[in-house]
Amino acid sequence: MSSVITFLLNGVEQRVDSAAPTMTLLNWLRYEKRLTGTKEGCAEGDCGACTVALRELGPRGRLTQRTVNACIHLLPMVHGKEVVTVEHLTRDGDLHPVQKAMSEGHGSQCGFCTPGFVMSLWHGYETGAPTDAGSVADQLAGNLCRCTGYGPILNAAQVARDLPDAPSDKPDARTRLKALDAGPLTYEVDGCAFWAPQDADTLAQLVETHPDATILAGATDVGLWVTKQGFAPDKIIYLGDCADLAEIEETLTGVQIPAAVSHQKAMSSLAEMFPDMGELWRRFASEQVRSAGTLCGNIANGSPIGDAPPALIAVGATLTIRKGAQIRHANLEDFFIEYSKQDLSPGEFVQAVDITAPDDPMDLRCYKISKRFDQDISAIMAAINIRLRSEKIVEVRIAFGGMAATPKRAKAAEAALKGKPFAEAAFKAAMDALDQDFAPIDDHRASAAYRMKTAKNLILKYFVERNFGEARITGRGKVLAQDVVAG
Amino acid sequence: MMDGSARDKDFVAVRHDSADRQVAGDARYADDGLEPPGMVHLALGLSKIAYGFVSGGDLDLIRNAPGVVAVFTADDVPGINDTGPVIHDEPAFALSEETGADVSYQGQCLFAVVADTREAARAAVRLANLEYSENSPILSIDEAIQAKSFLSEPYRMARGDAGRAIDRAAHTLKGQMEIGGQDHFYLEGQIAVATPGENDEIHVLSSTQHPSEVQKVVAENLALPLNTVTVEVRRMGGGFGGKETQGNLIAVAVAMAARVTGRPAKLRLDRDDDMVLTGKRHPFRVAYEVGFDDSGRIEGVKFEQWSNCGWSTDLSHAIADRAMFHADNAYYYPDAEIISHRCKTNMVSMTAFRGFGGPQGVLGAERMMEHIAHHLDLDPLVVRQRNFYEPADGPGERVVTPYHMTVEDSVTEKIVAELVQTSDYETRRKEIVAWNAENALIKRGIALTPVKFGISFTTTFLNQAGALVLIYQDGSIALNHGGTEMGQGLFQKVAQVAASEFGLPLDMVRITSTRTDKVPNTSATAASSGSDMNGMAVQDACNQLKQRLADFLDKDELLFENGMVFWSGGRKKWPDLIKEAYMNRVSLAATGFYATPKIEWDREAAKGRPFYYFAYGAAVTEVALDVLTGENRMVRADILHDVGKSLNPAIDLGQVEGGFIQGAGWLTTEELVWDNTGALRTHAPSTYKIPTAGDRPDVMNVALWAEGQNRELTIKRSKAVGEPPLMLGVSAFLALQQANNAAKDGWVDLDAPATAETLLMSGG
Repeated sequence: MSSVITFLLNGVEQRVDSAAPTMTLLNWLRYEKRLTGTKEGCAEGDCGACTVALRELGPRGRLTQRTVNACIHLLPMVHGKEVVTVEHLTRDGDLHPVQKAMSEGHGSQCGFCTPGFVMSLWHGYETGAPTDAGSVADQLAGNLCRCTGYGPILNAAQVARDLPDAPSDKPDARTRLKALDAGPLTYEVDGCAFWAPQDADTLAQLVETHPDATILAGATDVGLWVTKQGFAPDKIIYLGDCADLAEIEETLTGVQIPAAVSHQKAMSSLAEMFPDMGELWRRFASEQVRSAGTLCGNIANGSPIGDAPPALIAVGATLTIRKGAQIRHANLEDFFIEYSKQDLSPGEFVQAVDITAPDDPMDLRCYKISKRFDQDISAIMAAINIRLRSEKIVEVRIAFGGMAATPKRAKAAEAALKGKPFAEAAFKAAMDALDQDFAPIDDHRASAAYRMKTAKNLILKYFVERNFGEARITGRGKVLAQDVVAG
Repeated sequence: MMDGSARDKDFVAVRHDSADRQVAGDARYADDGLEPPGMVHLALGLSKIAYGFVSGGDLDLIRNAPGVVAVFTADDVPGINDTGPVIHDEPAFALSEETGADVSYQGQCLFAVVADTREAARAAVRLANLEYSENSPILSIDEAIQAKSFLSEPYRMARGDAGRAIDRAAHTLKGQMEIGGQDHFYLEGQIAVATPGENDEIHVLSSTQHPSEVQKVVAENLALPLNTVTVEVRRMGGGFGGKETQGNLIAVAVAMAARVTGRPAKLRLDRDDDMVLTGKRHPFRVAYEVGFDDSGRIEGVKFEQWSNCGWSTDLSHAIADRAMFHADNAYYYPDAEIISHRCKTNMVSMTAFRGFGGPQGVLGAERMMEHIAHHLDLDPLVVRQRNFYEPADGPGERVVTPYHMTVEDSVTEKIVAELVQTSDYETRRKEIVAWNAENALIKRGIALTPVKFGISFTTTFLNQAGALVLIYQDGSIALNHGGTEMGQGLFQKVAQVAASEFGLPLDMVRITSTRTDKVPNTSATAASSGSDMNGMAVQDACNQLKQRLADFLDKDELLFENGMVFWSGGRKKWPDLIKEAYMNRVSLAATGFYATPKIEWDREAAKGRPFYYFAYGAAVTEVALDVLTGENRMVRADILHDVGKSLNPAIDLGQVEGGFIQGAGWLTTEELVWDNTGALRTHAPSTYKIPTAGDRPDVMNVALWAEGQNRELTIKRSKAVGEPPLMLGVSAFLALQQANNAAKDGWVDLDAPATAETLLMSGG
């Protein structure tokens, strides 16, 4: 048990006992430690100027590393971990290869976003991420630059690999982290309590005992309540340190994704089952957000859009909901009751999402429509899952985000398809039926009319793509996929 | 003696002077200095309505909040309580506790809170409990027209008789388009830090492109003479025009706080507040009526431009003027009329943004060219080529602009011809036309658009710059000038000038922050003029110093090279000469000055030569469009841009590439949405989408035009590069126009930004 936030900062142990639990990692770095290399650009996790790396020891003592946005990461969340900032990269005055590549290749102009890019590139360097332009663009989707046009930054990833290797302090980090004495955190300052249990049973107990507490996973949403709305809760229960909720479990029928599994981790396993989900997750927020935010958190928060829920509803995902020692299951599609209201009672939390493996992975197609391809919230999210037998539609699940106050199935459109031959007529009927399913709204992401028209067109797109092959301009490496002449 | 001609080694692609510090996190921005004990922090109270009246309400609740030191309103400002740069129509703090406040936009600053911590100030501001009485706001160009709400009478530029020329033409067309605004999204938000000194002195560290104006505005609001206020800028984390005037209020607020509390004061805006409070690129409507012959050659054209200026004047007149100056882009109009209406609305006061109205003017012209080509079923490139201004060595028949300036330096034809070759335009266009005939779901487009951009402030008196060059006893040099560094590499370029003048390595020249107590009465670092003007001012100072050294040595001619000074029959090492000059009481400090020659502008008559010269470039962009969703992306871009003799090709390429992407962002994904109460709904990067790395075209070839050479006597024959490349992004929009025409099987008016929604829903 720890009552002091204990962690490493650039290799040096820190013990913090007087910072408010809602203190962001960024503010602590900049104003308490005067490490001002890490910048604030937006304080909402959308620009990446505050990118830092977190290292921690996973199961079997394996050292893992990820990047997060320090601006929305709450300080107590780094308990037991190591924080690496841009200041750690330069050794004895020598720039790290990614820094050299950025500097010599003209990757910085105004320089304000630069430390964030350097950290994302460094993370790629340390983890051996691929360096083709498309992959690097994915790695950098969470970092905005307004000056360069990105060319020199994209180049820097490979250039850095071609420079002489920099000594890595990974082995030291492992040793340091092992030596760190950081048990389950129970922390309280200024009337705000912060618990970071390290197993699911303790978590369940805490949530049941403190049903009024804010449950925190990656802080990719709660962090914004703090920075943008002055949110000051009395109690926070952080579930990210529960080791038994951090790994994806294979089940008899598919997989179970527990509450502490980040999007980044969930991504690969879901992509294996459903290739189109992989493409969806590639465009889901950014690496920094995916590596902090969790699939269960995305669901429990009940965003009316949420890229993930429509896809998961379309594959019939179910939830494991826990209160104390009691467990119940619910269909994901029934979980969203109305705007901001979920089927979750006080003392309960979403412990896991269960997903059944498909017979044919390509039955499911996901379409995310957003103003910008990368790191944007969808205006419309469509997930269409259709099983055929002898050219007949035997099973159909269509779910949309952005079309109603909650992610929702298109029951009328489904009915128009079910049992029909797989032909354009049925899909045209489903398009018409969509008017009965939804009455979308106008907002800053899209108008109601565009939402409806596009939603209908996506049903058509599914038909065309399944018949003739992909026709997309969105995916990496398939910029102009083979097109077809539609009927 | 002083050899002003350029040597090859003057044009070196050295990297940005701060690059190593930036990548290491060591480059200091305004928020990165130590916060001294006792520093106070500010937050601004913003209006919740767009138009109406605010009665005093209850600010005591804020005064009594924890940590609050003071609350400022209009009642507390000793001076003019105004931050307007040209016309005083922008109260710094709108609210008076005695008389209330007239509110003109949602997000307007009403009052300021000063507290011990940033958190306390921000928390206290949320307690504002004001009574609003709301009137119906003017929130669009249409509503402004209906309400006859304008900043001024319409302004007109004309040459010949456009109406008659259009009437006589074989073909005529009319068109209209809406053009959206753009948020600067500088990564570093607005910030200022004030430190009080003795005897009324005050020092303001500001993230501003215009320290002299911040100095003036602070002095006027504090009712102090200008010599008490020192404004300093080391660097900005991006500016793009958004820090030309928009830092005024921030600086006034901290200066007030410092003066009243006697404590250092800082205001760093939260991103959402920044986006709601500060100005943006002007939204425009452009209408055209054009007459042309069978070949697409224009005979007469009328443009009408409406700019949405927001609630106050700011720089809107100069911006709207520049939109008119660029309604021709690179094209000769035999008879032309351009009328501009400046709409006053209950929206944030629109302000300078890279291109300063030019981009909207250019887009109108290019949209018209595309329309003509579509009408005649011609390759749009051919129509464009038939209308270019004559090249510099032409017969001189098609060279006069609608504002009666003769274009003496047009290189559009040459640049475009070269780009057509290098980009393989012809083959690709054929292939795309064929693709579109065969494919229903994905349509493609390819457009080549040029840019011709006038260089100089069109407000003539602003075309002046100063510099201060100090040589110390050891031969090291400290360099100061009026320009500010916002990432564009100005400091390095100007340092290169000084190093080159003295024949010294760059590391002998220290670049220091811009300060109003070193170089006074400077103009904003804007209008792409930074290196042109400050480079010349520095050269002037260097020349004076070189002359003094020559006089001291009693030689007619000195050659400065490789750290040595040579003359006929002798030479000395630079440090030795300097030491000797010092011992012999030679002044080793000089101020330099530059005023751009040749320019004059009669605004009343709308005639003259507002520009010293033009910068040129061209881009070809290819796009793909998803017909079912409107989603689109740039597939390839090829750019050839003229920067004259580049002072620094690496820095210039960076400007060109970055400008293109910023321009393409403006016209595609960057959509500003205000709701019907006048609230900006896109006030953070979660909702306002600038390009990401993935939006860069998969293939992008960018080159500086090798033949580039300024005809005018600019610094080393270079050309300005800050703004012109932004307009290269226009090619992306017109490529989308083509793809959309293909999707809709006919001409469809397309508005900007061409979001997926705009594209899909266009044409009804």
